[in-house]
Amino acid sequence: MSLIEKTALEIRELQNNGSVTAEEIAKQFLSQVKTHDGQIKAFLHIDPENILDQAKKIDEKRKQGKALGALAGIPVAIKDVLCCRGVPTTCGSKMLQNFVPPYDAFVIDRLKKADAILFGKTNMDEFAMGSSTENSAYFTTRNPWDTTRIPGGSSGGSAAAVAACEAPLALGTDTGGSIRQPAGLCGIVGIKPTYGRVSRFGLIAFASSLDQVGPFTHDVADAALLMEVISGHDAKDSTCVNVPVPSYLAQLDQPIKNLTIGVAKEFFGEGLDSEVESSIRSALKVYQSMGATIKEISLPHSKYSVAVYYLVATAEASSNLARYDGMHYGHRTAQKKDLISAYSNSRGEGFGKEVQRRIMLGSYALSSGYKDAYYLKALKVRRLIKNDFDKAFADCDVILGPTSPTAAFKIGEKADNPLAMYLSDIYTISCNLAGIAGMSIPCGFTKGGLPIGLQILAAPFEEEKMLRVARMFEKQTEYHQRRPKL
Amino acid sequence: MDIRDIRKVARLARLEMSEAELETMTRQLTSILNYVDQLQELDTSNVEPLAHPLPLQNVFRPDVPGESLSVEEALRNAPVRAGQFFAVPAVLDPADDLSH
Amino acid sequence: MNTPYQIIVGLEVHVQLMTKTKLFCSCKTVFGAPPNSQVCPICLGMPGVLPVMNEQAFQLGLRAALALNCQIANFTKWDRKNYYYPDLPKNYQISQYDLPFSYEGYLDIDTSSGSRRIGIIRAHLEEDAGKSMHDESGRGGDSKVDLNRTGTPLLEIVSKPDIRSAEDAETYLRELRLLLREIGVSDCEMQEGSLRCDANVNIHILYSSDNGEEIAATPLVEIKNLNSIGSVGRAIQYEAERQYEAFQKDPKNYRFGKLLKTTAGWNEARGMTQVQRHKEEAADYRYFPDPDLVPVVVTAEQIEEVKRSLGELPSQQRTRLQAAPFSLSAYDAQVLTGQGRKMVAYFEEVAKISDPKSACNWLTNEVFASLKERSEEIDQFPIRAPQLGELINEMKQLGIKREKARDVYQKMLAENVDAKTAIDQLGYKPFDDNLLLDLIRKAIEGNRKAVLDYKKGNEKALDRVFGTVMRETKGMGRPDRIKQLLLEEVAKIEA
Ligand SMILES: [Mg+2]
Ligand SMILES: [Zn+2]
Repeated sequence: MSLIEKTALEIRELQNNGSVTAEEIAKQFLSQVKTHDGQIKAFLHIDPENILDQAKKIDEKRKQGKALGALAGIPVAIKDVLCCRGVPTTCGSKMLQNFVPPYDAFVIDRLKKADAILFGKTNMDEFAMGSSTENSAYFTTRNPWDTTRIPGGSSGGSAAAVAACEAPLALGTDTGGSIRQPAGLCGIVGIKPTYGRVSRFGLIAFASSLDQVGPFTHDVADAALLMEVISGHDAKDSTCVNVPVPSYLAQLDQPIKNLTIGVAKEFFGEGLDSEVESSIRSALKVYQSMGATIKEISLPHSKYSVAVYYLVATAEASSNLARYDGMHYGHRTAQKKDLISAYSNSRGEGFGKEVQRRIMLGSYALSSGYKDAYYLKALKVRRLIKNDFDKAFADCDVILGPTSPTAAFKIGEKADNPLAMYLSDIYTISCNLAGIAGMSIPCGFTKGGLPIGLQILAAPFEEEKMLRVARMFEKQTEYHQRRPKL
Repeated sequence: MDIRDIRKVARLARLEMSEAELETMTRQLTSILNYVDQLQELDTSNVEPLAHPLPLQNVFRPDVPGESLSVEEALRNAPVRAGQFFAVPAVLDPADDLSH
Repeated sequence: MNTPYQIIVGLEVHVQLMTKTKLFCSCKTVFGAPPNSQVCPICLGMPGVLPVMNEQAFQLGLRAALALNCQIANFTKWDRKNYYYPDLPKNYQISQYDLPFSYEGYLDIDTSSGSRRIGIIRAHLEEDAGKSMHDESGRGGDSKVDLNRTGTPLLEIVSKPDIRSAEDAETYLRELRLLLREIGVSDCEMQEGSLRCDANVNIHILYSSDNGEEIAATPLVEIKNLNSIGSVGRAIQYEAERQYEAFQKDPKNYRFGKLLKTTAGWNEARGMTQVQRHKEEAADYRYFPDPDLVPVVVTAEQIEEVKRSLGELPSQQRTRLQAAPFSLSAYDAQVLTGQGRKMVAYFEEVAKISDPKSACNWLTNEVFASLKERSEEIDQFPIRAPQLGELINEMKQLGIKREKARDVYQKMLAENVDAKTAIDQLGYKPFDDNLLLDLIRKAIEGNRKAVLDYKKGNEKALDRVFGTVMRETKGMGRPDRIKQLLLEEVAKIEA
């Protein structure tokens, strides 16, 4: 296995024992990007010179015997939704084509303190709105397992970068499945932490009550490592909870005794691809073989989650995205007109179709005369969805099911049917609405060689348990060791 | 929902759209709204809305001054500036000068 | 009413809270800083930023609400009010919608026709917007935006439409300003925009229709851009008259109930309101709870603690000053309280040493003018309360006349000396009986003939002697005492 195919922990070990320097690591990943990203198109912005500079500084620090952070010399690709001081941050939109933030997101600050190498900004659906990365204003990212297919979205660039071994680690964001779904479709590990586990400061908001930052990695141990770095309290985010962060790595290899797995019948309904279903069923058998109890549960309101999501998320987004008006930053129309036209033209030109569609839907759901029927109704059903989970977690440790109903679909396949696209998030969305933790791990491949993701859901702040459950499966299987042939 | 509603919402959301775009939007939003209408089958009369996934309350910061940006940094991303100010197209109707 | 209509006014007041930093970020709130120098990614509304509530702003809000006798909600939340404006960089304002932190209060004001209670519908917290400067040339040039003020904490206080005249509106604002200054919530400087007022004005007209006598309400006009308390009064007066004239022109077809609220600006130079727009539809602000902020829960203990820390409010002070031992008139109590707590404390000290009525007179007649002239606050004033008290007492003891006393006061002020020294240096030395007797005897010596004339029964003859003594005392001797001693001395003389 070549260096670029290794996990972050393996690469860290190679550095620690002196087999490789941060600079050599950076060069190898840069070379992989150079060779393959023309085809994969994971990166929107990458600055090799700056990356090599960062790496040299880490090597220097090591040489001087200074203490090094947990991610010293490890490249981490960053979804372009996270603000990095002095680095273009576009959010996949024309609107922010020339925007350079004057500040760092909390998680970026954490990465810098951990001595990680900030390894470029990855492609995404514009403003994180999409499930395929086809909504990027710049280009479509390709699935490394089959470049005629989508990598998933909205964090498709980050997922593809890790899957294609262009970076060992990446950060994404998950509002309705935008980490778990592309992780599943690209055959890697992705985590949506509990709402409030990771600070949202500097994460360009799509839907504030749903957004969370999380890791993309090759395996569960790397995910635990990156979670330790990015989790924790931040006084700049009122919704970030001051709950201690356990060492996710410390107990990772300890299996959960008397594990009870909830399986919701609602996650195995109409629309679930048979190959996906059989992979998930086999995964359950693997757990049973380790002594886990499978308990059938019901999440009766989960079938409403897509409807609730597309009202709550768009309502919040319609307000969150009001600031992009070309007045203080961002795209301003060249048409010389009055103020109101300047707003409308700047926004009409700067936003893509899907973003406009969601702003329209959200504005409508909040507008007078409709707010009760749409926005408030959705918030009420949201509570019912959360109640379902509270009840379920009283009886089981985790809930397992498919991450997505199908493996990666073809580029363009659902482009003209927004509703069909929305329904591809049917299994991931309820987790965000309830604010619980969720992740996707590789659990199989279709006959066509496309990865299949197993979703593990856990109660709020139970990331440690969730990771250990994931690790149990990983130790019994080898799906996480496969790499696509590029 | 018809094209007039869509036109009104587009104005509210400050989105310039052609007639053709308005028509497509009407069609697509109608189909999405038909889908979300399934929520109406649930009786939620005794359910409290859930706006925040976590039951957090009373999060404050102390009244202690911190760093501001320099004027240059503040204006660096401005599409148009006039000296130390952001320059924006004139308001035609001064009645739009809403008080806050 | 002596007008054929009744003015109905509700005021919406925004005051900037006296915090060091903004409501949701740690930028300073200093007035008059260079444009765009007190901004950060948060108040610029940059992508990715989040608000965190300033605790002091909430505390100040609580103080104000409790001083305004408001109910405090035990659960309150923050909402977004969505509308587009270039001085509002997020294009939504964080405010409070259906669950304001306080509601249902009142403010008592002293009007010419007695005390009146003005209801407060609600007081809520929100963030301020920045400032736009428009091109005045008329050529439609760009507006210039300064975002320093963006995010400054504001308390919005909405009164009930309980105000019935322009004068009462001014009184309400002065009382509100006094109260908020006294409890340290806001400096309420209208020139600096830290107190801003919108007035909702309409009139009720008694008129005859086909159905007989009816009272009809004209459509509401919201007057904005009111930059002083005086202009609030003038604008209300003007607008009421304008509405009545509009009604009189065509009472039959007057649009009662046919218009939504109209916005008008106040043109101070021309002394008139300018109606800006008849709104076709109510603005749709699409309020919803801000998902970036969490609710606030206030306990009964917290409320009690804030109440205890408020101290004596102006209305309580007025009542106290009118009661014993001060027993001031309502007018005097109002005037003193209007100068703030420090002035009242100063007054009390002077009154304790001297007497309340003289103390009040000295303050209102002399000290207020001196402070104004010297642009000083009472706590910087060189004549401290004990010295003023002493001056009053000396004046009474020595029988110093008013003009002389004013000279003493001016000397005390100019040379920073105490009352006794000033009196001494001015030569207004106290004349005790021995000194007076000396003078009287000398005067008798010098006016032998007049004394003899008096003895012979010419009553008037003694005036000359008396005048001589008075002159010698430079007007400082107490006339009654001089007269008494003179008569005693003259009686000793044999005819
Ligand atoms: Mg307001
Ligand atoms: Zn700021």
